Parts: sequence; structure tokens; C-alpha cells
Amino acid sequence: MDFITSHLLSLILFTPTVAAALLILLPRAQPKLLRWVALLASLVPLALSLVAWMRFDMFAGGFQFEELAGWYTSIGSNYHLGVDGLSLPMVLLTTLLTPLCILAAFSIQERVRVFLALFLLLETGMLGVFLSLDLLLFFVFWEVGLVPMYFLINQWGSKNRDYASLKFLIYTMGGSLGLLLAIQMLRLVVGTFDLPVLYERWPSLNQSLFGLPIGTVKTIAFWAFTIAFAIKVPVWPFHTWLPDAHTEAPTAGSMILAGVLLKLGAYGFLRLVLPLFPAQAQAFAWVLALLAVAAIVFGAFASWGQSDFKRLVAYSSVNHMGFVVLGIAAAAWARGTASAADAVIAMNGAVLQMFNHGLSAAGMFFLVGVLYERTHTRELNDFGGLFPLAPIYGGILIFTSMGSLGLPGLGGFVSEFLVVRGSWPIFPLFTAVAMLGLLLTGAYVLKAIQKVLHGAVNTRWKETALEIAPREVIAIAPLMLLMLVIGIWPAWLLNVINAAVSRLFG
Amino acid sequence: MTFPILSIIVFTPIVAGVIILLLPAERKALIRGVALLASAVALVLSVVAYFAYDIPQGGYQMVQKIPWLPAWGISYHIGVDGLSLPLVLLTGVVMFTGVLISWGVDDRPREFFGFLFILATGVFGVFVSLDLFQLFFFYEIAVFPMYLLIAIWGWQKTREYAAMKLTLYLFIGSVVALVGALAMFFASGLQTFDMLELERAGFSGAFQRIWFPVVFFGFGVLGGLFPFHNWSPDGHVAAPTAVSMFHAGVLMKLGAFAALRVGIMLLPEGAKVHLPWIIFLALVNVVYGALIAMVQTDFKYVIGFSSVSHMGLVMLGFASLSREGYIGSGLQMFSHGVMTALFFAVVGMVYDRAHTRDIPKLGGLARTMPLVAVAFIVGGLVSMGMPGLSGFVAEFPIFLGVWSAQPIVAIIAALGIVVTAAYIMIIVRRVFFGPMPEEQEGHIGDVTPLDKLALGVLSFILIALGVYPAWMAPLVSSGVDSVMRLLGGA
Repeated sequence: MDFITSHLLSLILFTPTVAAALLILLPRAQPKLLRWVALLASLVPLALSLVAWMRFDMFAGGFQFEELAGWYTSIGSNYHLGVDGLSLPMVLLTTLLTPLCILAAFSIQERVRVFLALFLLLETGMLGVFLSLDLLLFFVFWEVGLVPMYFLINQWGSKNRDYASLKFLIYTMGGSLGLLLAIQMLRLVVGTFDLPVLYERWPSLNQSLFGLPIGTVKTIAFWAFTIAFAIKVPVWPFHTWLPDAHTEAPTAGSMILAGVLLKLGAYGFLRLVLPLFPAQAQAFAWVLALLAVAAIVFGAFASWGQSDFKRLVAYSSVNHMGFVVLGIAAAAWARGTASAADAVIAMNGAVLQMFNHGLSAAGMFFLVGVLYERTHTRELNDFGGLFPLAPIYGGILIFTSMGSLGLPGLGGFVSEFLVVRGSWPIFPLFTAVAMLGLLLTGAYVLKAIQKVLHGAVNTRWKETALEIAPREVIAIAPLMLLMLVIGIWPAWLLNVINAAVSRLFG
Repeated sequence: MTFPILSIIVFTPIVAGVIILLLPAERKALIRGVALLASAVALVLSVVAYFAYDIPQGGYQMVQKIPWLPAWGISYHIGVDGLSLPLVLLTGVVMFTGVLISWGVDDRPREFFGFLFILATGVFGVFVSLDLFQLFFFYEIAVFPMYLLIAIWGWQKTREYAAMKLTLYLFIGSVVALVGALAMFFASGLQTFDMLELERAGFSGAFQRIWFPVVFFGFGVLGGLFPFHNWSPDGHVAAPTAVSMFHAGVLMKLGAFAALRVGIMLLPEGAKVHLPWIIFLALVNVVYGALIAMVQTDFKYVIGFSSVSHMGLVMLGFASLSREGYIGSGLQMFSHGVMTALFFAVVGMVYDRAHTRDIPKLGGLARTMPLVAVAFIVGGLVSMGMPGLSGFVAEFPIFLGVWSAQPIVAIIAALGIVVTAAYIMIIVRRVFFGPMPEEQEGHIGDVTPLDKLALGVLSFILIALGVYPAWMAPLVSSGVDSVMRLLGGA
């Protein structure tokens, strides 16, 4: 028990890796066994992160459950883990979505073993980003997650997968290049990778570097970090990898991609950009806000224009993540000014929106996948009038779409409201435009529902068994439940987030 | 007297080589058995030596010194430090895996293994040499068998051209370096070739400035330093698989290592003057090598040019003249050695089965040889510096070092990473996935268990170093201490 308590985060982090190794040792010819082992193994990190959630003391400052051990000491990097109120919800989101994705992937028939092993490795990669308190370690996990994701798209994706997977990889690796160089520069100047130490020393550093004024160096480094994270979020105009990757990825891959991977980018802003570059973030917050609004509006328009159901959902992620970035930008701008209280609200909204979008986007991609598996088409014009053929599916789709649309009573409303409420006094114009974007969100979501479910009874699919299976209902039920719970009683989650955000921006 | 472990490591291969040459040519199984046994002994002993080294104590350990030609100040003087010991281990690993994957060599295996083992002794000898004359002695032993191995067992189309080109390049390089070594011998006035004494000879600044480039470029040829890298892709491609592994995996490190040991460590003042501009040559290596690799259609040439690119990183680390840079270079020599041995092993296995190395004519191999595909992917990820694998652990400190010397070089060199990622991923997709050409369908089988063992060992090392660098980094770091001392903490 002692071991579990003192290594809680390591156990959360590496259980999936161990499970992946275990899977490889199991016989390939027994897909059933492989699936159940993977599912059960992925429940372990979920249980452990619930333990962490229970034991987490939201009123204590700083990081909790910290672990520190030597890793690459020759260049001063350590295995340093810890969570605070910003990362803990993300850890919970990751460990929650992974078992659901594995459940959704039960329908995969081809090379089940490798698929599941890669998926579990991906989980370790994502968790590592949220848990790392060492800049180099952060980068290691940041990149490591790319490899399994690349192969998930490249090997199990649909028709255009080669293009989509390479684009995903090159975009993200290209984006991380600046991050890598900036990390090296920071290490050289400050002499450590340890985040808490960097938080103290780097922002207050005041000497010229490399023959350039410190302000210039910091600005360049700020943009190197920002672009890397903006690509991952993705912020307009860096989003073009996303529709391809999402559309081509297998269902479980799209779920985790939209559910967690995009959050890595936003988390990078919270964990690194804002604390390390407060002045630059403040100075350029308007740029971020502008791009965020562009993402909200263009994302919604693009989504509305799609005739491919999955692409429509993919573009909706651009739209929703725009609100996260808007909240972050508002908070960066107003930090330390008279409207700091609004900054805290906007930030709360941004973090909660990360969580909520994780639930709703994963749910939407799952539902698209359910339909695709039965009809082998994603073309909206091929559907229509499916409601009578699959009433339960229809109900679930409407519920999840409403969550995504931001219907009051469901999670999305709370977080988008907080973002808008917090940003309004800070960026009135941007926020106003973003709210118009909300209207468009309604438009495309309703368009999807109408095209899929309503209209005259569809004769083409009459013979097909369209109704959702019990296993699939189990996979989506937790998401629906959480959307409802957060919509009605968000306090259990917001209190944790708020305590951390207030300390950072209060 | 202590157990002379280094001497045994050095001479095991050559003794085995001679025994093999004395065996009757038709007893192929026996020949292979002896080869495997000898390489296993060398590997086990190098592992033992690796873990026997006392890091806190540092310096040269397991030293042995016997007068050889005392009249000329030449002795048999060997020892290892934190920089050479990983390379001894590397040689042991490459030798062992090279024998495993050469099991199928059917054309005169006796001579093949005989020459290969003589070469191995030369390589081990250079890494442990503490005497300048002895270092050259082993250096030439390592180079000459290469000529025969390529010219006789190489790829028929280019083997004579490549063998000649390689040998001439390397001989010229070593002669130039030898001139530099003789200059040091005479200038020191110490009447000795002992490198530890020459380190303290206190050569004048002017002398060092003149002779450093001579020595550094002389050895740099073997390290593949631009613009003298030209022999290496041709040589790699023409060589039979095990020789390519040795060649790119170990021999190129010989050049870099000797350039460090003789050039930088004996002439540190010269190094400080010249390396700041040599860094740009190394940069060319990195970026140009990667770009050329990207446009190749011959699988083996891609790997050949990728070696040029990666050895450029080693040189970059040296040229950064910083502690981190040298740690990175030390690790990169090991990591690249293992990685490229893995690459050439994979290329050889593919060629043996598909009978072509033309990338457009390959495809879908992951279905018939899954483990080979996995191994290549591991190597590929190492090559693009993916965190969690050894390439990252090695390249990151190099970049740190270069940052402190020339930030702009670090930024440009980083572009090489993206280029590498692009060509590796394209190859993985074309060669191992996608449809298999019809004429090959049904003709390509999986590799042998021995091949799998070799690939497994190499992949394991790459992953182990990437996940947990602490089993090598502190050792390399202790070796770098002495380099830094000579460079005056620069």
C-alpha cells in the first residue's frame, strides 16, 4: 500500500506500457482474450487516478504526489512527476477515455494485438505530458505519443490514410522543432529542466543573450513554444492536419485524438507558455485571441459545409477548441490587471471546456464510427430518415450533439458560458464575434442531426441492422452521464480547477 | 598480475581468424561455429569490461603497458576510459550480430570470417590504444581487410570501384594523419609515442595551429567528414551485409574517435582555433547528408547517406568544444553504431529475399517479415531522434553544446531532423507496408531465428539507452572530463 501511495503517478503512467508488453506476449490468434486484457488493464490507471482524485488536496498549493528520481542526470534532467488542479482533470480525462476507446475498438478485427498495444503506449505518452514536471521529460512524452498515433492512422485508417498520417506526423514534428530548440536554449541559459525552478528563474531573467536583448530572445522562444502548441490544439491557420487525420483515423483513434491529443496543446499553453512567458503572453494575447476567434468562426463554417459526417465532426473540434484558446488568451491578457477576476473565470472556463470537449468530441466520433461500421459510408446525403430504424442510436446522437452544441444542462454550456463571461470584459469585440460563432455551432450540429436522422424513412438501409449494440451503449453511457453531471453540478470539477487557476492568476 | 581483459578482447578475434583460416574450407559448419564462439567471447568480455569500469575513479583503467620497441619509444600500451569503453562494447555487439546475420554466407565463408575477424582486432586495438604508433598499427589492420572483403564478397556491380575508392581515400587520410603524428613525435622531444605523455608535451601554439588540421582531417576522412565523405556511401553499398554493418557501425567511429584522441586531445590549442570553423563543415554533413538520403531510390544508399548525416552530428558535438557536446558525441558514436548496424542488417535481409534494393520495387514486407519491419521502425525512429530512443539521448546534448557555440548552427541542423523523419517514414511505408509487387508475391519468406536474435539484440540496446540513459551517460561523461581538462574547460 505504501508503494502505491508513494508511486501513484508512476503507476498510472506505466501500467499501460506494462499492459502493452503483456499483450505482445499473448497469442495473436485470440482476439477476445486480447481485448479483455487490454480493457481490464486500462481500468487500472482509471482506478488509480480516481484514488489520486480522492486524495488530492485542492487547497494545498503547488504540486502533489510528486516523484523525483535521476533520469538523464548527465545533462541535468530528472524523472520529476506531479499533478496540480490543471493536470489532474486531464489525467482523469485520459484514463477515462482510454477504456472507452478500447471498448469501442472491440470491433477491430485486423491485427488486434498490435492495435491494442499501440493504443496503450499512446496512453502512456499522453499521461506523461500531463504528469511531467521536467521540461525534457515533457518533451519526450510529447513526441513519444506521435509514433503510436501515426501507426494507428497509417495502418488502421481509411482510404486516404497514408497522406493523412504523414501530414499529421510532419506537421507535429515540424511544430515541435521550434519547441525543441527553445527548450535547449532555456536549459543552456537557466541550467535546469526542472519546471518549478524554471518558473522562478526564467521569467525574471534580465540579461542579454546571444548578443540579442533579452526581450527579443524571450519573444522568439515564446513563439517557438506557441506555434508548437498551436499546431496541436489546433489554432487556425495551423489546423489543416486535423480534418485529414481525424477523418482517416479508426474510430478509437479519432476519439482519443479529439478527446485527449488536442488537449495536449492547450495544456502546453497552461503549463509552459503562461508561466514561463507571462509578459510575452500578455503582449501577444490579442493575436491568440484573434486566431481563436478565427478558429471558432471558420471552424463552424467549415463544419457546416461538409457533406462527410466525420469531417463535419472533425471541424467542430476546431470550433470548440477555439473557445479554450480564447479563454487562455483572455486570461493571459488580463493577468495582474484590474480585471484579474475575469481572467480567472475565463481560465476556469477554458480548462473545463478542455474536459467537456474531451467528452463530447469522443462521443461524437464514436457515434460516427458506429454508423460507419454498419453502412460503410460517412456521406451525409446517404443517410436521412434513420431515426425510425435506430431509435436508441438516434436518441443518443441527439443527446451527445446537444452536449457538443452547448445546450444548458449539459457540460458544454457551463464551460462555454464561463469562457464567454470571462472574456467579455477583456476582449469585447472578439467575444462578440465568438458568440456569433456559437450560433453557427448550433447550425451545423442541427444540420448533422437533420441529415442523419430526420426526413422520410430511409429505404436504402431498411435491411441493415442499424441499431446500436449493448456494448456500444456501455461505451458511450459514461460520457453521456458525465456531460449531464457536469451540466447540472459542475462544482466537483470546477472547485479543483478554480483552486489552481486562482493561485496562478488571482 | 591482473586478468588482461582488454588484451584478450583485442586478440580473440585475430586468433580466431587465424584458426578459421587454417581450417579446411569445406567444413563450413565448424568455421561458423568457431566464428560464433569467438564473437560471443569477445562480446561477453566487452560487457564484463564495460561494467567493471569504475566511474567515480575515472581516467584510464584496465591499463597494460609492455615495452615493444623501446629504442623508438614504442610500447604496447592499452587502457580504456569513458569515451572508448562504449565503443569497445559497440564493437563487441556489432561483431556478434554481424556473425549471426552472416550465417548464410556460402561463398568461401572461411576467408570471409577470417578477414572479418582480423578487421575486428584492428578496430578493438584502435579503441584501446594509448600509444600513437600502436594506434596507427591497428588502424591499418582495420582498413586493409576491408578492401578484400568488399572486392571479393561485395555487390558485383560496383565492388571493385568502391573497394578501390574506399581504400585509397582511407590510406591517404591515414598517411596524412601519420605525418602529423610524426611531427608530434619529433616536436615533443620526449622520444616517445605514448599518448599520455604526449598529452603533457606542451606543444607550442603555433605548432598546434599548423598540425591540428592535418591530424583531424586525416582521421576525419574515415569519420565521413564533409567534403571527404564521398567514399563512404559507395563503400557501404558495395560491401556485403556484415561488412557494411562493421563499416558504418564501427569503422566510421574509428575515424571520429581517432580524430578526438589524437587530434583534439593531443593538440587542444589547435582544436580551439580550428574547430569553430570546422563546425560549418559538420553542419553541411548533417543537412546535406539528410537531403541526399531523401532523394535516393536505392535502399542501401539511403542508409549510407544517413550515416554521413549522423556522423556529422558527432563532428558537430566535437566542434562545439563544450561538455554537453562531447557527451552527446560520445553517446552518438555508440547509438549510431548500433542503429546503423541494425539498418544494414535489415537492408541485407531485404535484399537477400527480394533480390532488389530499389525502393519502388519493394513493398508489403511487413506481412512476411514482421520482426524485420519492427526493427527497421525502431532504427528509423532512433535515426530521426525520437525521444524515448537512443538517438534523442545522444543528439539532445549535441544540440545543447552547439547552442552554446553557434546558435544558428543548432537551428539549421535541426532541419536535418525533419528531413530525416520524412525520408524514414516514406521508406517504412513504401518498403514494409503498401502492396507487395506481384512478381515477389509468395517468394519472400521470413528471416531465420539467428537473424531475429541479431535484430532483437540491436533493437533492445537502442530502446534501453533511450529509456534509461543512466547506464551509459555517466560513463561517457567521466570520459569527457579528461577532454575538458585538456581543453582548459573551454
